[in-house]
Amino acid sequence: MTFCGATIGLEPPLALLAELTHRCPLRCAYCSNPLALDPASRELDTAAWCRVLDEAADLGIIQVHFSGGEPTARKDLEALIAHATAAGLYANLITSAVLLDRARLERLRNAGLQHVQIGFQDTQPAKAELISGFPGGQAKKLEVARAVTDVGMALTVNAIVQRHNIDRVDDFIDMALELKAGRIEIANVQYYGWALKNRAALMPTREQLVHMDERVRARLPELKGQLVVDYVVPDYYAKRPKACMGGWGRKFLNVTPSGSVLPCHAAETIPGMTFDRVTERPLADIWANSAAFQRYRGTDWMPQPCRSCDQKEIDWGGCRCQALALTGNADNTDPVCDLSEHHGLLAEIAAEDGGTAEAPITYRSFSL
Amino acid sequence: MTDGVTEEDRVRLAPGVMLRQDRVRGHWQLLGPERVLILDEVALEVVRAVTAQPQTDQPPVTVGMAIGALAAQFDAPRDEIAADVLELLGDMIAKGFLTR
Ligand code: SF4
Ligand code: SF4
Repeated sequence: MTFCGATIGLEPPLALLAELTHRCPLRCAYCSNPLALDPASRELDTAAWCRVLDEAADLGIIQVHFSGGEPTARKDLEALIAHATAAGLYANLITSAVLLDRARLERLRNAGLQHVQIGFQDTQPAKAELISGFPGGQAKKLEVARAVTDVGMALTVNAIVQRHNIDRVDDFIDMALELKAGRIEIANVQYYGWALKNRAALMPTREQLVHMDERVRARLPELKGQLVVDYVVPDYYAKRPKACMGGWGRKFLNVTPSGSVLPCHAAETIPGMTFDRVTERPLADIWANSAAFQRYRGTDWMPQPCRSCDQKEIDWGGCRCQALALTGNADNTDPVCDLSEHHGLLAEIAAEDGGTAEAPITYRSFSL
Repeated sequence: MTDGVTEEDRVRLAPGVMLRQDRVRGHWQLLGPERVLILDEVALEVVRAVTAQPQTDQPPVTVGMAIGALAAQFDAPRDEIAADVLELLGDMIAKGFLTR
C-alpha cells in the first residue's frame, strides 16, 4: 500500500502494544492506565483483534505485547496469541500473573507465546501487597514465575521501583536469578495516570536513586551472560530526556481495549488529540496519516530550544505526556531537559514529593 | 559471569529466542524478549551452524564442529575464522540471544 507524499522516509513500526482490557484484579497505585478506563462492554472482540494483528504484521511490526489492565482476564488470549504467531509476530505477555496457573501457561505456550513478563511490586510480600492492594499476590506471582521457565518460556522480572522498594534493588536482582529469569527490567515508576496522582507517595529521594544506581552498576559485570538487565535512569533526576517510545510515531503503536490507536500509552492525557480507531480505518493508514501520529512526528512541531539543538533526532524532544503533566503544555520541550526553561520545576517537585513524609496512597479503582 | 566461549561448548538459542526472516524488511534476525538482533550474512550462517540439528541420536554439535563446517562452507582457513566465530558467539551470549 502506498500513501502519497506524507510517508516518504517513514519507516514501518516495530512493536504493537495490544491493551486487551482495562480489567485488572490489582489496584496498583502506580498504574499508568488512564483515570477513565474502558468498560468491558467496549472491548474489541476476538475477530477485531485478529484483524488488527494481521494488519500489524503486514505493516512490518515484529513484536506484539499483550498487555492491559490484565490481559489474562480475556478468555480468548490463547486464540489471539495463536493468531499473532501464525501471522509471524513474536508474542510477549505483560502480566501481573495472579490469574495464571501452570495449565494455562502450557496452553499459552502451545499457542506460540515466547515470553512472559511479570510485574513485581516488591520482594517482601506485605510491602508488595501494600502497593498492589491485592492480598496473597506475591506468593502467586512467584509460583507462576517458576512455572513460566519450567514450561520452557522466557521470563522477565519487571521490578517496578519507587520510594518504598527502591532500597531493595539487590533483592530484586537476587529474586530474578533465583527464578531463572533471563531478563530483569528495573523500571522506575513513570508519573502518568494513577501514578501522577500518587507521586507524593511514590517518588524516591535523590539519595535513594544514587544508591540504587550504584548497586545496579556494581552488579552488572557478574550478571553478564546470565541475566539481561534493562535499566532506565529515572526521569525526574536526569539532565536529558529519553526518546519517548523511540520518538513519537517512529517505532511503536498502542491499541487500547476499545480500539483507539495511540502513539504512546499515555497520549490520551493530551488535550485536543483525536485518535483513529481500528474499527474505522486500516492500521497502515492510521500509522501513516492519523492526526495523532502526525502531531509530534519528526522535528517540524518542535519549539526552541529543541528546534536548533543537535540532539533533536536522538531524543526527539523527550516525552510529550511529561511535558504536559509538568508544564501544562504538551508542545513544550520535555522539562527533564536542562535546556528547558521549565527544568527547575523538576528539582522542586523532586524535593517536595521525594521527601520522606508518608503521603497517603490512592488505589487505582475500577468498577465494572 | 561468562568466561570466553570454547570450541568444546555447545550453544543453543536462549529460551524465548527465535530465528526469523523479517517478511517486510527482508533481513534475518534473532527475536527475543524485548529485543531484536539483525544478522548479516556471516552472522546468520554462524547461528545456523552452531544450532544445526544433527542426525537423531547424535548429541548437538559443538562450537568446534560448527567452525569446521563453516570453514568448509566458505572455503576459508579454519584458524582465521575460529577467533571471529568465538567472539561473535560470546557477544550473542552476553546479549542473551544464545545460551550454553
Ligand atoms: S499497573 Fe497494576 S493495576 Fe495497573 S494494569 Fe498493571 S497490574 Fe493492573
Ligand atoms: S533541547 Fe530538545 S532536542 Fe535538545 S537535548 Fe533538550 S529535549 Fe533534546
